[in-house]
Amino acid sequence: MSEALLQVENIEVYYGLIKALKGISFTVNRGEVVSLIGANGAGKTTTLHTITGLLRPKVGKITYNGQDITKVPAHKIVTMGVVHVPEGRRVFKDLSVYDNLCLGAYTVQNKENIADNLAMVYDLFPRLEERKNQMSGTLSGGEQQMLAMGRALMSNPEMIVMDEPSMGLSPLLVNEVFKIIETVHSRNITVLLVEQNSKKALAVSDRAYVLETGNIIMEGKASDLANDERVKKAYLGA
Amino acid sequence: MSEIISTIINGLSQGGVYALIALGYTMVYGIAKMLNFAHGDIIMVGSYAAFVVVGMMSSSPFLAIFIAVVVCTALGILVERLAYRPLRGAPSLSVLITAIGVSYLLQSLAQIIFGATPVMVPMFDFKFVDIGGISIKIQSLITLAVCAVVIVLLLFVIKKTKVGRAMVAVSEDRGAAQLMGVNVNRTIAITFAIGSALAALAGIFSLFVSPVTSPTFGALPGIKAFVAAVIGGIGSIPGAAIGGIILGVVEQFALSVPFLSPYADAIVFSILIVVLLVRPTGILGKKQREKV
Ligand SMILES: Nc1ncnc2c1ncn2[C@@H]1O[C@H](COP(=O)(O)OP(=O)(O)O)[C@@H](O)[C@H]1O
Ligand SMILES: [Mg+2]
Repeated sequence: MSEALLQVENIEVYYGLIKALKGISFTVNRGEVVSLIGANGAGKTTTLHTITGLLRPKVGKITYNGQDITKVPAHKIVTMGVVHVPEGRRVFKDLSVYDNLCLGAYTVQNKENIADNLAMVYDLFPRLEERKNQMSGTLSGGEQQMLAMGRALMSNPEMIVMDEPSMGLSPLLVNEVFKIIETVHSRNITVLLVEQNSKKALAVSDRAYVLETGNIIMEGKASDLANDERVKKAYLGA
Repeated sequence: MSEIISTIINGLSQGGVYALIALGYTMVYGIAKMLNFAHGDIIMVGSYAAFVVVGMMSSSPFLAIFIAVVVCTALGILVERLAYRPLRGAPSLSVLITAIGVSYLLQSLAQIIFGATPVMVPMFDFKFVDIGGISIKIQSLITLAVCAVVIVLLLFVIKKTKVGRAMVAVSEDRGAAQLMGVNVNRTIAITFAIGSALAALAGIFSLFVSPVTSPTFGALPGIKAFVAAVIGGIGSIPGAAIGGIILGVVEQFALSVPFLSPYADAIVFSILIVVLLVRPTGILGKKQREKV
């Protein structure tokens, strides 16, 4: 039986009076790739923000590794092993590539560990090494996405949550991003993926949840969902 | 000629003082996204701390400097914790009004404790030195040197250290900084601590020039340094340094010309108007990035 790493139980999240998540529950098991798919405005980003502490649920509970993390502030979630690659990359544009990567390792104390992680990231993204002294604001969209993912990997994550990593990228780069997701997964990092590109997301995932206006309306094995008529019609453009 | 050189040196040294204060304004603005109008009053509290040490206890001016820096640093952290942190996420107008309230509170407290009458704060007995036939006040040279070292040190901390990177990250994107593990509250507290320590030094250097303080001691340097920060581009650290130096040099030149000296303050403030007409974001200020 697989072990639940992240458990989200019946969370309700509000923006002022607007109820963005209407009581959703899902589980991510250790070692899985799970995706959360759904149309624009369904609540995917809200879900990820709530997991990593940028938002707080009004109702419900989030458990990670058996610990209740519902009220843990965002900056402490990283130290517990969950890292968030935010929507729109949000690299620090006024800082160099190198400084961004150092910030990714902000919670890592051991200097050797940081050096090893930096070497690993440069190995995975040679492009970042070439541009290490460049201001991140001058990178292309694809390079910024690489930086956002590299930055996340600097923190020794056990689980990585990614919000639309392929958004706004050329088809070639989209494939690159999905290859990296598989590489990350092959290093025993659990992945929770949010994507608009449902077809590709389902192809790399073990399981998936479909979110619609703040509710989970379907869940199952990714391969089953990919063949489901309703999913095909609504999300796969078939 | 020698008069011009000594005016330049006095101007750079006065500019260094404005720069120290402006750095506090600009760092707090960049990182905490607020205008801390009580910043000038921190200088005043530092001057009274020095007064207690040298004026009341007749102790060493060096001890006075140390105590002033410690008191201001602690006060900066305390004010942030008690007055500003509870308002994080509140509309900026509420924060601004609170800052003005803190400013009056500090001035009133000083008046209650020390009275409204100005008091003497004798620091050091400075002499003039003669460098190549030019007579220069020693305090100008000391002030200039210390300001230069402090500014370079600050730039180094911001560019090259972990806490500096965290400050830049918080100023650019608070949420993303948190996702890196940066404790935003702590980073903002550190920013207030640094800004207030710099303000204490600025207060001490002002006492070198004129050894008298009163509850409104910080008001004029505070507003001038704010102008310096805006001229340099508020939020920009090198901008604050440049703005401060421009202000100091212009002011000293205005003061050195007899028929201009009564208008020195007016001239200083008119630089602001000129700069903002030409470059609304200040000399090194960034254009507001378009938010998607
Ligand atoms: N900061 C906000 N303030 C108010 N409403 C918001 C905010 N962010 C998102 N919403 C609303 O919450 C809902 C879910 O948004 P979001 O989680 O961003 O969706 P998704 O990531 O699936 O596109 C949408 O209706 C959106 O308009
Ligand atoms: Mg989204």
